[in-house]
Amino acid sequence: MGEIRLMKGNEALGEAAIRAGLQGYFGYPITPQSEVMEYLAQQEPHHNYVFLQAESEVAAVNMMYGAGGAGARVLTTTSSPGFSLMQEGISYIACAEIPCLFCNVVRGGPGLGTIQPSQSDYFQSTKGGGHGDYHTIVLAPNSVQEMVDFVYLGFNLADKYRTPVTILSDGAIGQMMEKVELPDPVEYKPDKPWATTGKTKDRERNILTSLYIQSEDMEKKNQKLQKKYEKIKQNEIRFDEYKTEDAEIIIVSFGLSSRVSRKSVDIGRAQGMKIGLFRPQTVWPFPYEKLREYADKDRVKFFISIEMNAGQMVEDVKLAVCGKKPVHFYGRMGGIVPDSYEVIEQIKKIKE
Amino acid sequence: MKKGYKLIYKRPQTLTKTRINYCPGCFHSTMHKLLMEVVEEMGIQEKTVGVCPVGCSVFAYNYMNVDMQEAAHGRAAAVATGIKRMLPDRYVFSYQGDGDLAAIGTAETLHACNRGENFTFVFINNGIYGMTGGQMAPTTLEGQKTTTSPYGRDPEKIGLPLKMAEIVSQFERVAYVERVSCNTPANTRKAKKALRNAFEYQGKKLGTTFIEVASNCPSGWKMTPEQSLKWLEERVFPYYPLKVFKKPDKKEV
Repeated sequence: MGEIRLMKGNEALGEAAIRAGLQGYFGYPITPQSEVMEYLAQQEPHHNYVFLQAESEVAAVNMMYGAGGAGARVLTTTSSPGFSLMQEGISYIACAEIPCLFCNVVRGGPGLGTIQPSQSDYFQSTKGGGHGDYHTIVLAPNSVQEMVDFVYLGFNLADKYRTPVTILSDGAIGQMMEKVELPDPVEYKPDKPWATTGKTKDRERNILTSLYIQSEDMEKKNQKLQKKYEKIKQNEIRFDEYKTEDAEIIIVSFGLSSRVSRKSVDIGRAQGMKIGLFRPQTVWPFPYEKLREYADKDRVKFFISIEMNAGQMVEDVKLAVCGKKPVHFYGRMGGIVPDSYEVIEQIKKIKE
Repeated sequence: MKKGYKLIYKRPQTLTKTRINYCPGCFHSTMHKLLMEVVEEMGIQEKTVGVCPVGCSVFAYNYMNVDMQEAAHGRAAAVATGIKRMLPDRYVFSYQGDGDLAAIGTAETLHACNRGENFTFVFINNGIYGMTGGQMAPTTLEGQKTTTSPYGRDPEKIGLPLKMAEIVSQFERVAYVERVSCNTPANTRKAKKALRNAFEYQGKKLGTTFIEVASNCPSGWKMTPEQSLKWLEERVFPYYPLKVFKKPDKKEV
């Protein structure tokens, strides 16, 4: 059993990163993620990592590129407008295949938006926010505990596949306090023969680049990336279910809105409705096949996607269900968190 | 080596055997060679990591036989910061053009200098965007014609050319700033010495080292290599003087 503490999501993420062997943190202040930076700035003298406040998110993501390329375990955290600024860099990191961990503590947009929690960066995170054909693995925590767990998982997946990994959190998960079990610190021993650490006599020089000027080479590079993404789809899909065994109505929800929806399941069941919750923990790769299995079951009447946006994940739910059952959507925007009873009202309306 | 002959010149083994694709007369080739000669002569190939920019020298990693990272346009200083912070005992350099370092990447350049990041900037200032076909750069001279300043650079409209060496020498934590050129054998030797100084100061962890090269671009300037050398003497050096702007105290060195 690890150490138990009561912690804020953002601080727990910072502590988890230290315990998971963080070597470099590069970030820029933005609400509602700044506590991660503040925590790591404060802890820096007691640990063996570099903390650097960059001049912008653009600089931060490129410091990640350099430091990750030098073989280090690196993290940056930001919130929506800052994550937009990082997209160019993430595209380069994906192509140069540099392991990096990102956390987007999402706030309401578009534009400067609001500092309240939102899930409106789902498209940006899962469909590739930057240019070119690439993906990052996207982990969607719904608790402070998962903020911690997904840091360990995220770092490991980044190394395993040489890919950027995004933790898609939100302003509420980042700001709220919960009991959390912290895993024991790991001694991080990177095995990265590709890293630019200086060309020793026994090897050719290492080059990290995303430039392949000949179309044939660029296509080959793309094919290599796509092959990797297929492998990730096969091996790394994660989801969680609640009372889906006999459910006739399936709520699909991730992150904070899945916490709201879980309570809706209990409220609905107390009123005689057989509701279940399906929660993707990886939103890329998305658990299409598992959802399709439910669509094939006679007892399942319909699906409803509950999100804190204008309806983004619902497109993936529709792709999974493939027209076999009705797929509905209910969401709130601009930093408003839906209420569990609101969700039940929507379900009742659909049933009528 | 035949008996009685003495080897006085060879290609440094820190340059790859790849054929260099720069235009005839361009200083990039010379600067690549000087830089890699310094790395070889200091015996630091195993400890050197370079960062290439976006611009004509985007393929520098094809020619330089050291570990390298290719940065996004303008971000070489941030990438070099990331590398150097993780590997403080390595020799790190960024090799950047004027568009990269002084237009799109100005923020990264200035903040890296202000922090005193302990790496070496090699800044090739040729007053033009060479790779994209000769557009105006932040360092294009007043009145100089380019494809996007076809009537000559108008300071009323776009300001005067940026003097980066002068600007970065203002920062306390920048240790060494020199503007060099390689238009003559004497200046080429000075340029190599400046690169050597920069790497040695970096090895002593004295702070940021910044070598600006007043360079040419015969293709972009629509000149013969010889005409471009004349233009350097007559137009470039009066505005961009070749000199040491800042160097460490004798005590530090």
